[in-house]
Amino acid sequence: MAGIPHDHYEPKSGGEKWLHKRLPIVGLMYDTLMIPTPKNLNWMWIWGIVLTFVLVLQIVTGIVLAMHYTPHVDEAFASVEHIMRNVNGGYMLRYLHANGASLFFVAVYAHIFRGLYYGSYKAPREVTWIIGMIIYLAMMGTAFMGYVLPWGQMSFWGATVITGLFGAIPGIGEALQTWLLGGPAVDNATLNRFFSLHYLLPFVIAGLVIVHIWAFHTTGNNNPTGVEVRRTSKEEAKKDTLPFWPYFVIKDLFALAVIMVVFWAVVGFMPNYLGHPDNYIEANALATPAHIVPEWYFLPFYAILRAFTDEVWIVQFAGFITGGVIDAKFFGVLAMFGAIAVMALAPWLDTSSVRSGRFRPMFKWWFALLVVDFFVLMWVGAMPAEEPFNTISLIASAYWFAYFLVILPLLGVIEKPLERPATIEDDFASHYPSKPDAASQPAE
Amino acid sequence: MLKTLSLTTLAMAGLTSAALAAGGDGKITDKDFSFEGPFGTYDENQLQRGLKVYTEVCASCHGLKFVPLRTLSDEGGPHLPEDQMKAYVAEMFVADEPANQHLYDPELEELRPLKPTDNFPAVNSAGAPDLSLMAKARAGFHGPYGLGINQFVQGIGGAEYIYSLLTSYTGEEKEEAGVTLYENTAFPGGWISMAPPLYGDDVEFDDGHDTDLSHISEDVSAFLMWTAEPKLIARKQTGFVAVFFLTILSVLLYLTNKRIWAAAKGKE
Repeated sequence: MAGIPHDHYEPKSGGEKWLHKRLPIVGLMYDTLMIPTPKNLNWMWIWGIVLTFVLVLQIVTGIVLAMHYTPHVDEAFASVEHIMRNVNGGYMLRYLHANGASLFFVAVYAHIFRGLYYGSYKAPREVTWIIGMIIYLAMMGTAFMGYVLPWGQMSFWGATVITGLFGAIPGIGEALQTWLLGGPAVDNATLNRFFSLHYLLPFVIAGLVIVHIWAFHTTGNNNPTGVEVRRTSKEEAKKDTLPFWPYFVIKDLFALAVIMVVFWAVVGFMPNYLGHPDNYIEANALATPAHIVPEWYFLPFYAILRAFTDEVWIVQFAGFITGGVIDAKFFGVLAMFGAIAVMALAPWLDTSSVRSGRFRPMFKWWFALLVVDFFVLMWVGAMPAEEPFNTISLIASAYWFAYFLVILPLLGVIEKPLERPATIEDDFASHYPSKPDAASQPAE
Repeated sequence: MLKTLSLTTLAMAGLTSAALAAGGDGKITDKDFSFEGPFGTYDENQLQRGLKVYTEVCASCHGLKFVPLRTLSDEGGPHLPEDQMKAYVAEMFVADEPANQHLYDPELEELRPLKPTDNFPAVNSAGAPDLSLMAKARAGFHGPYGLGINQFVQGIGGAEYIYSLLTSYTGEEKEEAGVTLYENTAFPGGWISMAPPLYGDDVEFDDGHDTDLSHISEDVSAFLMWTAEPKLIARKQTGFVAVFFLTILSVLLYLTNKRIWAAAKGKE
C-alpha cells in the first residue's frame, strides 16, 4: 500500500542537490516530519510521543547509572546506595529511572487500549500491531531484569519466581531454567547476564520503534473514526490531513509537558510509592518475603498466571488429556503468555469490518468491561493467593480470554454498526463547523 | 471512556503496588513528622537528638553501614558543625568483625580508626538488622482493602512504623524454642525478638528537650528517616522547581497549540 500522497522534499541549493544525490537523508527527515496526519486525531494519539520520550529518558539516565553501578552480588546493593548518597544528582537519576519505568508502562497500556478501542490493529495495520506487541514483550523483559539489578529482596525473589516459570515447561524446563540463570539458582551469574541484557534490550527496542513508525507511516495513522484518508489525489488527501509539523508536534509536546508535570511531582515528592519497601532490604537467599509481588505493571498477567490452580476443571481436563504433562503450574504459564498472544492475534480474531469502537454500539460495552477487567486483574494480582481473590482472578482471567476468542469474533457477525462519516474532512467539519473552508488552510 | 483510562492507570498503579508492602497487620500510629508532605523538611535539632538516641542505645546492636559519617555535617541533615562531627567519628567504636575488615590496617595489625569519609561501621553483635534503610524498608499503611490508597494521604509510613514499634511493647514475654519473644502490637504477628530498647529517659539532651518514651522514639524515627533518605530536601526542591517550570511550559505550549490549530479549526 502506497503512502498518502503528499509534497516531497525538493533539494534547492547546489549543496543540497549534491548531498541528495549521494544520501537522501534530508529528504527522509523532511518526509518523516511532514507526513500527512489525519486532522481529527484526539488526545489518545499522544502516547506514541510520550513513549518515545520515555525510551530516550530511560536510555540516558540508564547509561549514567551504569557508570556507577556494580553488577556483583556482594556490591550491587551497596553501589545503588552509593548512587543515592555519593554520586552528584545520583538520587535524582535513580528515581527518574525507576519511576520512568512506571511511566513507560502507563503510556504503553494507554497506547495499547487506544489501539484496541479504535481498531488500530485492523488491516492494513497488522504489522504495526505485531511489532508493537514485540516491543511490549521486550519492554517487559527489560523492566523485569532492571528490577533485579538493585539486588533487594524483591529483586531476588521476583527473579526466582519468574525464572521458575521456565522450569514449569515439561521435559526441558529444568535444563532451560539452569541455562537461563547460569546456575542452579539466582546468583552472581544471573545478575551479570541480567545487567548485560538490561543494557542491550533498550537498543533493540529503539530499533523496533523505528520499524513500528516506518510501518504506520506506510499505512498512515488510524484515527478516531477509523475512516481512511483519501489517497486518490494529493488535493483530496490534503482535505483529510495536516502535516505532522507543526500541528501534531506542538500538540504532542503540550501533552508531554502536562504528563511531565505529573511525572516530576511523583519523582520529587513520592518517588517510592510505586516501589516495594522490601527492595530496600538487601537480597537474602535464606529469608523469603511474606508476599512476593511483581511490579504493578506485571500484576494483571501475574494474576492470570496464578488463577489456574489444581481445582479449576479446565486445568484438570488439560492434565487428563495430556496424561499429566500439563500440570497447573505449566497451565498458568501457558495462560499468562496466551493472554498476550490473544491480544497480538486481535487483527485476525476481530471479524468486524468497522474499525472504530465509536460506531460499534455493542462492542463499546464489551470493551469498557475489558478495561475494568484489566484493573480488577491488577488488583487481585497484588492480593495473597486465597479466597475470594482466587475466584475473582479466575473470572477476570476468563473474561480476558473470552473477549478476544469469543466476543470479538462474534460481534462482527451479530452487531449492527452505526453510520460512519464518509470522510475525515466531514468528521472534522462536524466538530468545528464555523468555517469549513478554512479547514485546509495552513497556519501562519 | 479512553480519556480517563490513563489517569486511572496511574492511580491504580499507585494503589496496587503499594498494597502489599512489608509490615503487614501491626497497629501503626499516624504521627505528623516535619518531613512529610511536598514541602516538609527535616528538623535539624530533632535529627541531632535522634543521632544521640541511636548512638547511646541502638548502636550497640544495629549498624548504619550505608551512611557516610561525613554526611552528619550535611545541610538538610543533622548538620553537625565540622569539629563536632570529627569528634564523633574519632570516638566511634568499631567491632572487630568480618563486615568491618575493609578497615583493617596491616601496619597497625588491627582495625584503623574511622575517618569522616568512612561509613558508619557494621554492627552484627546480636544479629540485628542494619538500620540505614529501615525507614524505607517498612510501610506503615496499606489500606483500605490492600489498595494502599491511604498512602497518598498518610505517606508510606516507614518512620511511623519505627515509632509505633518502639512504643508498642505491652510488657508481656514468652519463650519459644529457647528465644525470648516480647509482645508488641505494632509488629506483624505480635511477638518480636528485640527486647524493649527504650523506656523513656534513656538519654539526656543538652537542649533540655523531653526524654519520655514517645518523644525519644519520635526523634530516633526521624533520624532513621534521614539515614534512609538523606537527600529528601534537595529532591523535593528539585521536584518543586521542575513542576513549576514545566507548568509554565505547559501553558505556553497550550497557547501555541491553540494558535496553530485556530485556522485549521476555522476559528480565525
